[in-house]
Amino acid sequence: MKNRRLAAGIVLAAAGAFLLVAPFGLKPYGIFILTMWAVMTIAAIGLNLTLGYAGQISLAQAAFVGIGAYITAYLTTKGWPFWPTYIFGGASCFAIGWLLGYPALRVQHHYLAFVTLAFNTLVYLIFRNEEWLTGGIYGISNVPRPSVLGLSMNSPLAFYYFCLAHLALVSAATWWLIRSPWGRAFVALRENPIRALSLGVDTRRYTLVAFALGAGLGGVSGALYAPLVQFIDPTPFALALSLNLLLMVVLGGSGYFFGPFLGAIVAVLLPEWLRFTQGFYLMGYALLVMILMAFSPTGLLGVADRLTRPSRRRAGAAAGPVEAAAGSEGAR
Amino acid sequence: MADILQLLVAGLATGGIYALVAIGFTLLWQTSQTINFAQGEFVMLPAFFVLIAMGYFGLPFWPAMAVGGVVSVAVLGLLFKKWMVDPMIRHGVLPLVIATIGLAILMKEAVREFYGADAWPFPAFAATTDVSVLGAVFSVQSLVILAICLAVVAALQLFLGGTRTGRCMQATAQNPTVARLLGIRVERMILYTFLINGALVWVASLLITPIYLAKFTNGEWLGLYAFIAAIIGGFNQVRGAIVGGLLLGVVDNFAAAYISSQYRMAIPLMILIVVILFRPQGLLGRVEERTV
Repeated sequence: MKNRRLAAGIVLAAAGAFLLVAPFGLKPYGIFILTMWAVMTIAAIGLNLTLGYAGQISLAQAAFVGIGAYITAYLTTKGWPFWPTYIFGGASCFAIGWLLGYPALRVQHHYLAFVTLAFNTLVYLIFRNEEWLTGGIYGISNVPRPSVLGLSMNSPLAFYYFCLAHLALVSAATWWLIRSPWGRAFVALRENPIRALSLGVDTRRYTLVAFALGAGLGGVSGALYAPLVQFIDPTPFALALSLNLLLMVVLGGSGYFFGPFLGAIVAVLLPEWLRFTQGFYLMGYALLVMILMAFSPTGLLGVADRLTRPSRRRAGAAAGPVEAAAGSEGAR
Repeated sequence: MADILQLLVAGLATGGIYALVAIGFTLLWQTSQTINFAQGEFVMLPAFFVLIAMGYFGLPFWPAMAVGGVVSVAVLGLLFKKWMVDPMIRHGVLPLVIATIGLAILMKEAVREFYGADAWPFPAFAATTDVSVLGAVFSVQSLVILAICLAVVAALQLFLGGTRTGRCMQATAQNPTVARLLGIRVERMILYTFLINGALVWVASLLITPIYLAKFTNGEWLGLYAFIAAIIGGFNQVRGAIVGGLLLGVVDNFAAAYISSQYRMAIPLMILIVVILFRPQGLLGRVEERTV
């Protein structure tokens, strides 16, 4: 147990150090991709809260990223400073997530997946068609990058560290959250909602909170996405991104804290390194997802967990695997 | 009046195709709790099987169509069941859902990579002429499509309700445990539903591809419409999928004509949300009991 924890610590420290020095020696495009990884990881962490910890399938994460991005883009191009729009973007997604959750969480599992899928497509249609607000298919261009304490974040390197800092903050907050009583309640909800209810967990409220928090993190990710790309149009926020974020979370290991980080590496960074393979990359990715689902539904971290765990005893529930959640649905 | 009649018939024709796809979707759910997120790609693919049979093996259209049917049933029915559903279903619903999302990407990318990203013309087996009845002009194609859809649905209903195998399949769908106790070979019945799904998507593909051309992205919206049809009608009823499909086709057509072509997609989605919220079992569905 101790050795495992030590090994995990070393891997983490190495990964953190790598992230700090990685951009040196990269061209601006490389730094851009790395920043994109940080931004997408934040969205995936949000989805992991909803899916991995609270066990609700959401296919609307791209819509929340989009709402956050459009709010930031619209307001900052109108001359608002970055921070108020950033907070406004995250908060509105939290609120919209809450409002959507109210009716949507009356239904569960695959029905919830379809409601959120419909919501995502509706939001996409609004982005595309309401030209007066979103610029339609022409989008919003020249989104400015923020400055922090008078320091401009215009250079790719500065903006990378800006996003990395956000990722670190979000990770720390999530880490704290899933170890708090709230996080425990989320897991209880996922493992056996009826039992949780009988033990006095207000399941409805906790599901709503998990859903809204996931949406809010989507908004935060979007608020960083807009200044990163500096031009937004509706296409990136279609259903494809929601599916992709879902695959990221599941591929990395849903219900594992570091699952989204790993999933985003596979979904965002690997395609760039494997660019020479062209379309074959996506096919390989799809195959990897299918093979993982057949042999280890808990994702890559589930495989790592199984390989390194000395006995079959489970570690702490909050960071524990999601096998039971995946399994219990099957019984119906 | 004539306009409305024309829109209605055209809507029923596309609706009939949605119904075929949705029926396959609900059959898989009923017998094996498979939610197939690749169902749209399943409809996209058979057209390419036919095109490959014609282009690379030089077959004429009709034999190529038959070859496409055999390949569809074998690959999208048999292999899908053996290689994907069987190994994964023991993990529960969610991993299989994710895996079929992966499968959808795989099929789409494979077509793009190996066949091309263009929209390919596809031969129709009905003449593209119009007939006028009572002052309204109908395209022969949509009348033929509607007739074929109705025939397929009727044949399927006869099979499910009137033959021994069909009744065994229904029993399997309703309660696999009891069905097994009664001596029904449940595994085989489940396999049959996958084969039927393979055949249904083949028919749907042959009917819809002449209208929208063969393109690797076709599955995206087709799958979405099939889900919506299945849910509106009732996830656990074949009847529901038929009603849902026809309704969706008609509503979609009228929305495009009278409300807004930009938001045509929005109307079915709103209906979907309303139905899920107020009648989650669908218009014709039964409530599914939940065990703790």
